[in-house]
Amino acid sequence: MPGPTHVQATINGEDVNFLCEPRQSLLEVLRDVLGMTGTKEGCNDGNCGACTVIFDGRIVDSCLVLGVEIQGREVTTIEGLATADGLHPIQQAFLENAALQCGICTPGFIVASKGLLDGEPGADEGRIRHWLAGNLCRCTGYDKIVRAVLDAGEKMK
Amino acid sequence: MVTVFIPTMLQPVTGGVKQFDCEAANLRQVIERLDQLFPGIKDKLVEDGRIKPNLAVAIDGEVARMGLLEKVGENSEVHFVPAIGGGAS
Amino acid sequence: MVANIVLSEVEYTHIGKRPVRPDGVDKVIGRAQYGPDITLKGLLHGKVLRSPYAHARIKSIDTSQAEAYPGVRAVITAQDLPFASLSKEELGAGYQALKFASDHVLAGGKVLFKGHPVAAVAAANPHVAEEAAKLIKVEYEELPPVMSVVEAMADGATLLHDDLYTSSLGETSQTASNVAAHARYEKGDVAQGFDEAAVVVEREFQTASVHQGYIEPHNGTAFWSADGQLDVWCSTQGAFTVRSSLANVLRHPVSKIKVTPMEMGGGFGGKISIYLEPLAALLSKKSGQPVKLVMNRVEVFEASGPASGSWMKVKMGATTDGKLTACQAELALDAGAYPGSPAMSAAMCAFACYDYPNGLLDAYDVVVNKPKTQAYRAPGSPQAAYAVESVVDELCEKLGIDPVEFRLRNASKEGTRRIEGPVYRRIGLVECLEAARSHDHYQTAVDFQPNGKLRGRGVASGFWFNRGFVSSCNLTVNPDGTVSVVMGSVDLCGTRASIAQQTAEALGIAYEDIKPSIADTDSIGYTFITGGSRTTFATGLATINASQDIKQRMVERAAAIWEAPVEDVEYVDGVIQHKSDSELRMTFKELAGRTLTTGGSITAQCNIDPPGEGNSFAVHVVDVEVDQDTGKVDILRYTAIQDCGKAVHPSYVEGQMQGGAAQGIGWALNEEYFFNGQGQMTNSSFLDYRMPISLDLPMIDTVIVEVANPGHPYGVRGVGETPIVPPLAAIANAVYQATGVRMQSLPITPGKVLDALWSQNGS
Repeated sequence: MPGPTHVQATINGEDVNFLCEPRQSLLEVLRDVLGMTGTKEGCNDGNCGACTVIFDGRIVDSCLVLGVEIQGREVTTIEGLATADGLHPIQQAFLENAALQCGICTPGFIVASKGLLDGEPGADEGRIRHWLAGNLCRCTGYDKIVRAVLDAGEKMK
Repeated sequence: MVTVFIPTMLQPVTGGVKQFDCEAANLRQVIERLDQLFPGIKDKLVEDGRIKPNLAVAIDGEVARMGLLEKVGENSEVHFVPAIGGGAS
Repeated sequence: MVANIVLSEVEYTHIGKRPVRPDGVDKVIGRAQYGPDITLKGLLHGKVLRSPYAHARIKSIDTSQAEAYPGVRAVITAQDLPFASLSKEELGAGYQALKFASDHVLAGGKVLFKGHPVAAVAAANPHVAEEAAKLIKVEYEELPPVMSVVEAMADGATLLHDDLYTSSLGETSQTASNVAAHARYEKGDVAQGFDEAAVVVEREFQTASVHQGYIEPHNGTAFWSADGQLDVWCSTQGAFTVRSSLANVLRHPVSKIKVTPMEMGGGFGGKISIYLEPLAALLSKKSGQPVKLVMNRVEVFEASGPASGSWMKVKMGATTDGKLTACQAELALDAGAYPGSPAMSAAMCAFACYDYPNGLLDAYDVVVNKPKTQAYRAPGSPQAAYAVESVVDELCEKLGIDPVEFRLRNASKEGTRRIEGPVYRRIGLVECLEAARSHDHYQTAVDFQPNGKLRGRGVASGFWFNRGFVSSCNLTVNPDGTVSVVMGSVDLCGTRASIAQQTAEALGIAYEDIKPSIADTDSIGYTFITGGSRTTFATGLATINASQDIKQRMVERAAAIWEAPVEDVEYVDGVIQHKSDSELRMTFKELAGRTLTTGGSITAQCNIDPPGEGNSFAVHVVDVEVDQDTGKVDILRYTAIQDCGKAVHPSYVEGQMQGGAAQGIGWALNEEYFFNGQGQMTNSSFLDYRMPISLDLPMIDTVIVEVANPGHPYGVRGVGETPIVPPLAAIANAVYQATGVRMQSLPITPGKVLDALWSQNGS
């Protein structure tokens, strides 16, 4: 079994250095090595989207990416969305539209929505539902989540 | 008079009697009166001095929370129902 | 487009508004701490070894290689549980209950479902623990698995337990059985009732096991310190029930167990029972370090608590003008490996929406080689409603009566007597039916498209009791005029908000000045689970009652400050004032600022076990489209109408209705446990256990009918569970309208639809 590997990457705009074993997923690295528990584990096999992060501009399930793969690359997690000036418009929209109940899927949905609205703030309901088809929610039935994303899109135009 | 409704499954003990009126101030007294008339019925309802855990007693539609001490009104209805915990099993 | 309607009866200042929830920011920035997020110094990670067989005897367990594996700190089996060293004589009448509880935690003599825990390992990291667990050698003697209630109830069926006897209210059978309990409810004379009927419909139905599907897996972290103090952190619907379950199975005093509930990623009834907590506790005791266990998704499916599969037969009769004369049902619900399915609840809910003169219900609680069932939102009611509402739909069709009209003619009302005895108090079924009838969805004809697909509309009603149970609240007036509300109710979906709103309303102060928080079991009075649609009602009552005490104490304090008699001072809308001297007046904030120098903090507390909970009825309407080539059923339009009593926070009430409807849609169309011939689940992933995704659903319109519950000062009724009850039948009825075929088993998968269409067309 190979020993721990040193990885250097940019996470939420900051330079990060860590050691991880090659078998550890990016999800495990974020949560257990870096203590960034905002990204959640729901299934660990790429079927629920709770672990969504943005990796070099694309949304990915971090349980399907290895920690060592982010060497020299850029990752954005839920912890990187709010700034000292306040919440990201998507976060604010989720609150105002009551788009979360238990909240476990919420970080994944917010990050996934950012992946869409950054490029297409005018996305309509159909486009939003299609884009978010990889994110499971069991509490809301998606209605208020979709409304929140539509609302956020308006504000991001 | 307190009206006690005998659940279907206990009607064999009461010889088919479905309803029974008595004077009683609390549930313990209701069960004593029942047992006087239908000997053995108390053992089906009470265990270790309490209502059996799989049973609940509804007095005028409210589930009794004080067990045998629960007061019974002058014209109350008493029903024995299975205990359920909603949102729980 | 119609969206969400609130049919309100009374207006309040804070009740009925839609403020942002107090814990919202933490949840959208990822800071909220859920069970798996916890980390402690010296934390070890645990892994469970589970049975690969659905039914087998354990002949031996050899843990020596695992114990020797580098990095392993502790290994446990059932021998480490107190039950292993307690005799039948010592335990007396409590023997079987403890045996089942212990066995469920770690299998003793037999494994009763695939995934049944057999051993557990604690090691420095989860990967090492997993590798070590594989080195535990278990010798099994395989036994035939029993996988359905029909199989389990058949003569000569293999028995799961040789010491389980059928109990009916009072009586116990003499021979061991897979039927743990049988209950019968009866009124009038059904035989005569059916004779009087112009039309009688009788059908059999079956439903499969389904899972609550919460996205966050089960988890438990424990530290058993050298002085015997056991601290536990977990995602749970009830910290106090975890504490008492642990005290029971570990034979450890309640006073030495502290449970801290973490934020929870979904429960729906499935996060009440203990699974990993006792394992974490025992591993911690053996290793001397804190231990964390988290289930993976396979384990959640295979070894937590799905909802019961069922076999049901329903027979109903009505006169030509649509009056029910007789209702009869046989309901058998599977409990999984240990007794305790919601068969009795199913029986009590089955005909709850109807006023009928003659009835007979038989309910059976049956064990099978599946994981032990747990509650799933209105347990037993969705299954029963699927059967009953399908039969009602068929009666309506044969009688030529509109389905909403038929239900109005037979609707339960205040004063209607339920079959198990009690009489309804103020309920809102009629109001829901009327709201359904006048809703745009029902008024708009089904839009038939010339695209070769079939469309149809279905209607169904549903019921759940809702509960009260014990809740506690501690209120403290802070010097800045804010009020801290500490409660024992875990916040699953907006509880902090609704309790803050109720407190603000009771005190007449700002919502933003209320600081709700959730305490561990050492810091608050006993509080029952967040579940049972009880929290807004019961914990709400606790805070309202405590608020009355706060107001009284504010009055007394002001009277003391003003050196006036208490009777001359009053509390009105957040202001404390002298009744006649208008100079003497303080706002809540002003008085709060003076409390520490005038006698100390003003606090109040309430522990309550309230009566007066209100039942909740719902009516759902759904339009579906069926593809004749693929059998796929799409939801075109969905409207959920429910009597919620007063909606404290309408957005969260709507959320309950939409979420429950979505779960019901999944239950109706896609979700089921697939078992192979050896009783092993073959679809234990989110890929193959197919829950609704955003593409599967339209916007879900809601109508909140507010028929106030007289048992609560603001009319709160309880809402969370009823929404899952109508969808199963509403969709089955819609599929019938579209295709002409009654679907008698769930889920209504494309394959079943095609089979039905083809046999109907004679292919």
